[in-house]
Amino acid sequence: MNAISGAYDWLTTSANWQGEKGVWHRLAEHLYFSGVCLAVACLIALPIAMVLGHIGKGGALAVNISNVGRAVPTLAVLILLTLTPLGEHGDLPTLIALVLFAVPPLLTNAYIGMREVDRSVVEAARGMGMSGRQLFARVELPLAYPLIMTGVRSAAVQVVATATLAAMAGEGGLGRIITAGFNLQNTPQVVAGAFLVALLALAVEGVLVLAGWIFDPMRGRARVSE
Amino acid sequence: MSKRDCLVANDWICGEYVRSRSQELIDATVEHVAITAASVAIGVAVALPLALLARRWRFLAAPILGVTTVLYSIPSLAMFSLLLPFFGLSASLVVTGLVLYSLTILVRNILAGLQAVPEEAREAAKGMGYGPLRLLWEVELPLALPALLAGVRITTVSTVALTTVGAIVDYGGLGTLILDGLDTQFKAQVLTASALCVALAIAADLLLLALQRLLTPWTRAHRIRPGRFARKADAAKSVAKVAEPV
Repeated sequence: MNAISGAYDWLTTSANWQGEKGVWHRLAEHLYFSGVCLAVACLIALPIAMVLGHIGKGGALAVNISNVGRAVPTLAVLILLTLTPLGEHGDLPTLIALVLFAVPPLLTNAYIGMREVDRSVVEAARGMGMSGRQLFARVELPLAYPLIMTGVRSAAVQVVATATLAAMAGEGGLGRIITAGFNLQNTPQVVAGAFLVALLALAVEGVLVLAGWIFDPMRGRARVSE
Repeated sequence: MSKRDCLVANDWICGEYVRSRSQELIDATVEHVAITAASVAIGVAVALPLALLARRWRFLAAPILGVTTVLYSIPSLAMFSLLLPFFGLSASLVVTGLVLYSLTILVRNILAGLQAVPEEAREAAKGMGYGPLRLLWEVELPLALPALLAGVRITTVSTVALTTVGAIVDYGGLGTLILDGLDTQFKAQVLTASALCVALAIAADLLLLALQRLLTPWTRAHRIRPGRFARKADAAKSVAKVAEPV
């Protein structure tokens, strides 16, 4: 496989890692886009989903938003936003698209997580005299934590993947290495870029699995629900 | 506004564009449908044996589910590019990538569907002298059908959306029009192709829903008086992951 050994050569050439079109700069762009958008999406979606889950309303909304999200092609949204007047503001279309695509998994998982907490546990906590606020913070949230974190993980992977597609709409990020490779008809560069992107996606997933485990409020205790 | 103006003015919505380029739109739609249909069909053909393997030998279940889940988190642009050395610039490259994505949901759903087949039904069939193949074909698969088709629906909808990324190798169906539209700043082309793409996903979903109702008439009876199997089938449906690859 010519392209594979070529990709190895590309990756081991230090010139490809330096400068504005180098791997480090693209990686920084990618992480900046992804990090900011994931944070914004969490700030928007999680409080809404948790409150709705706590009061038990809006289930149809949470589920439908994620179903609609599945049918909408990410690439189309990115390109549509780029062609609107927003496109003149550089990164803005990408940032908006990333946030839009991170919201559905966050919303749906957090809502379902809050709703699936064992009702008898909730009733018992109420019976012990817990207020709504205490119930929320000390019972529902810790028990819903795994599903909420699954949502955060899905959203993060989604954002990292969408940030890759942003390259097709002309923005930065690691995907740029791939699209540039296509434009130059440089298959080794395409494969090398794809390898880096795949690696980043898997690394993000791995780090979040680990973080989810470390910060689990119920770690070492039995989870009653599920 | 006269008809010619909307092409000159580069409006988002342009009837003249749809009229004058209808052949181009039809070709792209046909390519889109063909790529999606091939991917889902091959996906089912690959996922079914994998699910059967995972059920037969439990130690295989973890690696099969693990690998397909890992594939799921690879961005589509990277997935298509990584397959480039093996397939070159071809439609089979796009189809292969999409098949790999479809496996996560399909294997999970088929496995959950098979595991939800009531033990009594299996025992009864065995008692009636059914061999393993006939048991699978006539009892287990029909009972697992609702979960299987639920998986096919989710997969189809996200495959329709993902096919657009195939535009990077010029086999993206409507996605190719969308990407070309970006290069030429042709707004009507981008919006029309995007809208067709969403419409295609919705149409495919409704079509599969109708097929599911047609193929599994017994599930409707369960809705009146939910039995144990209906509840298990519902549980199987909820197995599918919420997110989808991009």
